[in-house]
Amino acid sequence: MSENTQAEIRQICQSCGNDRTRIMDIVLAVQQKYGNVGDEAMNLIAKCVNCRRAEVESVVSFYAFLSKKPKGKVVIRLCNDVVDKMAGLDAVAEEFKKQLNIDFGQTTPDGKITLEYTPCIGMCDQAPAAMINDEVITYLSTDKVKEIVADIKKHYDPSKLKHRLGDGNNADELVHSCVHNGIRKKGAVIFADYKHETGLKNALAMSPAEVINEVKTARLRGRGGAGFPTGMKWQFTRDAEGGKKFIVCNADEGEPGTFKDRVILTELADMLFEGMTIAGYAIGSENGILYLRAEYNYLRKLLEKILQERKDKNLLGKNVLGKNGFNFDIKIQMGAGAYICGEETALISSCEGLRGDPKTRPPFPAQKGYLGYPTAVNNVETLCCTARILEMGAAWFAEIGLSGNTGTKLLSIAGDCKLPGVYEFPFGIKVNDMLKEVGADDAQAVLIGGPSGQIIGSNDYNRSISYDDLATGGAVVVFGPERDIIEITAQYMEFFVEESCGYCTPCRVGNVLLKKYLDKILAGKGEPQDLDAMQQLGESIKVTSRCGLGQTSPNPVLTTLKNFRKIYESKVKKSADGMQPTFDIRKALKDAEAIANRNSVIFTK
Amino acid sequence: MSDQITFTIDGVEVKGKAGQTIIQAADEAGIYIPRLCYHPELAPHGSCRVCTVIVNGKPQTACTQPIAEGMIVENNTEELKEHRRNLIDMLFIEGNHFCMFCERSGNCELQAVAYELGILSPKYPYLFPKKDVDSTHPDIFLDLNRCILCGRCVSASRDVDGKGVFEFAGRSIEKKITVNADKYLKDTSLAVTDRAADVCPVGTINKKRTAFTVPIGKRLYDKKPIGSEIEKRKNKK
Repeated sequence: MSENTQAEIRQICQSCGNDRTRIMDIVLAVQQKYGNVGDEAMNLIAKCVNCRRAEVESVVSFYAFLSKKPKGKVVIRLCNDVVDKMAGLDAVAEEFKKQLNIDFGQTTPDGKITLEYTPCIGMCDQAPAAMINDEVITYLSTDKVKEIVADIKKHYDPSKLKHRLGDGNNADELVHSCVHNGIRKKGAVIFADYKHETGLKNALAMSPAEVINEVKTARLRGRGGAGFPTGMKWQFTRDAEGGKKFIVCNADEGEPGTFKDRVILTELADMLFEGMTIAGYAIGSENGILYLRAEYNYLRKLLEKILQERKDKNLLGKNVLGKNGFNFDIKIQMGAGAYICGEETALISSCEGLRGDPKTRPPFPAQKGYLGYPTAVNNVETLCCTARILEMGAAWFAEIGLSGNTGTKLLSIAGDCKLPGVYEFPFGIKVNDMLKEVGADDAQAVLIGGPSGQIIGSNDYNRSISYDDLATGGAVVVFGPERDIIEITAQYMEFFVEESCGYCTPCRVGNVLLKKYLDKILAGKGEPQDLDAMQQLGESIKVTSRCGLGQTSPNPVLTTLKNFRKIYESKVKKSADGMQPTFDIRKALKDAEAIANRNSVIFTK
Repeated sequence: MSDQITFTIDGVEVKGKAGQTIIQAADEAGIYIPRLCYHPELAPHGSCRVCTVIVNGKPQTACTQPIAEGMIVENNTEELKEHRRNLIDMLFIEGNHFCMFCERSGNCELQAVAYELGILSPKYPYLFPKKDVDSTHPDIFLDLNRCILCGRCVSASRDVDGKGVFEFAGRSIEKKITVNADKYLKDTSLAVTDRAADVCPVGTINKKRTAFTVPIGKRLYDKKPIGSEIEKRKNKK
């Protein structure tokens, strides 16, 4: 490593205060500048922030967007979500390989371009899509791939890629992206016009306890999917002892098929920041953190500009809006490609500059969260709801939706439907009605709540979206009659295999095994007893896993086994000779034959 | 005593002290809850999940869950035993365990818990992963083929030895133990007298020149099954 590079890395560490808890910012900056965080860089960072080298390595090796091995100046990350596959991903992937003359996971011999797959980047309504460094390119086709590669080879600068601009703030010079919002249905809570500052002013006119009470009276529940009462979470955090307090906004929407927070972050950041400020006031916090997934880095400059504007208007900063003693600021913490960081304690670990491992509970974040301080972690949509509640009043909000499920829910709907996009429905909407609106009359199956939710069939289309029936963080994917349900299930399991943090046994190993059973069935070698084995294994994973990821990751298998059992049964058969159909004698002998340097004369087939 | 907490495990009344976890109180009371990653001297890790019990109807790990007055804990149920067997099976097939040749055989906690739960061979297909062996250190060798990612060496080296020789790297099924050096164990400050060299429940961290010194029949778990030292406490009471 040159002295110059060393000086630059030292400078990066120094700009982060040589602070061990800011390792994420440091390694992200190093990765961006040099294309990797190598051995020497790790040693130097460890020295600067006064930690062990192994600690830096444990972080770098955890996140998909960080790497020890050098990557190209341009990294093409093609989204391989199920919806992208349905939209023609395979042809696009082949074209990338052909144009670059490399395979996925490889870098061109000149070291300039790396080609990879990445899980859902939040663009399912405009699939297939890819990230080229921070630029998002949507609606990919083989022709478009040819153009993109030719264009990139001219300048190796993805920000110079020519494309049309999307609608709304996507066209803002700070965003400059081809993404379109795709807001299909506006409801009363999120997408209706919001009178800026009204909610915050109303909140500051009340006592913090009254604000919490207002959120409680509105009976608002967390929009991330678990549905924990927001007012209660705020109350616990407010009541917890521990000096400083933190409010963290979870903008790490990574559930395959979800993209509703993308639209809020693009168009309604002011409303979101207002919700965070209200939350800060309510729980007695001076510090807000927006944890933004790496895939949405293209929105970062816009969000920073809006934060600055709010500071200029005294909507953030000291004595907010003249409220004596209420100081509040928001910083953005970037993620680095890890689905698990959407789990609130893993998200906190990540903010602390650690691997995105979930934490042991108890203690809960409301007692001991970020850096050990009481912390409330709320979903993007939840915080927007609180801004609206303080603007319009709890009674107004509680009138919308169902009595135990008040308000509206944003759904990101994609897949086999005519009108993919973001829909705001009151809670209680029936799946049937939802399918009618999105133009999907022949759905074979619908995924509600992403792969961690459930895959339902037509028997369940009269059920409704609510925490008590079909709970969802917002991801809905429609599958038409020609789709292979087992193949889709296997693809979702592949996602969980990749995204398990690996901390606990059942999630780390169990998901790999579930995927193996599915592959066996897809290869035509499944046996009837495999279905029971999958059921039992899935239940063990659910019961014994440490966090929400493993507790829900078997759901694609368990819900399709329940709702599409006939498909499974038609694919498995009893072995005719009682032998294991998966045993392949040729494959079993391969290594031994290579060592012996001759082939078996008995087992020739 | 005001900080005494009374709760039940499988219907048996247990008295513990405030601040104890279920496993600590159960151990004192002579009730064995199968476990692997837990080590009484180290901070609970909660990764193997073998000590999963049902607490007031909800699954929790006994090593991390604090006791509470009136808590109802289920431990020795058929359902939990089945889950535990599945977990143990997973730990076997994700690594490369050859008990018959392994120097830890008979003293291995993974093997002992497997026998205790009635496992003779795993029911899941082996994954046969490629794992590293590091024999660069003069006194200790590291065989990741047998690692169960319990984190004992990580905590012992960091919290007891004050060295931090071990750390986790990677994620998903690729997660592994790494050492605090560019590459090799020899370049770390690990000493054979470190606590970290002693806490490994399996045959991953091994002291050189100590293998196969105890004959079969006289090894730790040849004599008595794992957990019997805990259950002995109950008989004394």
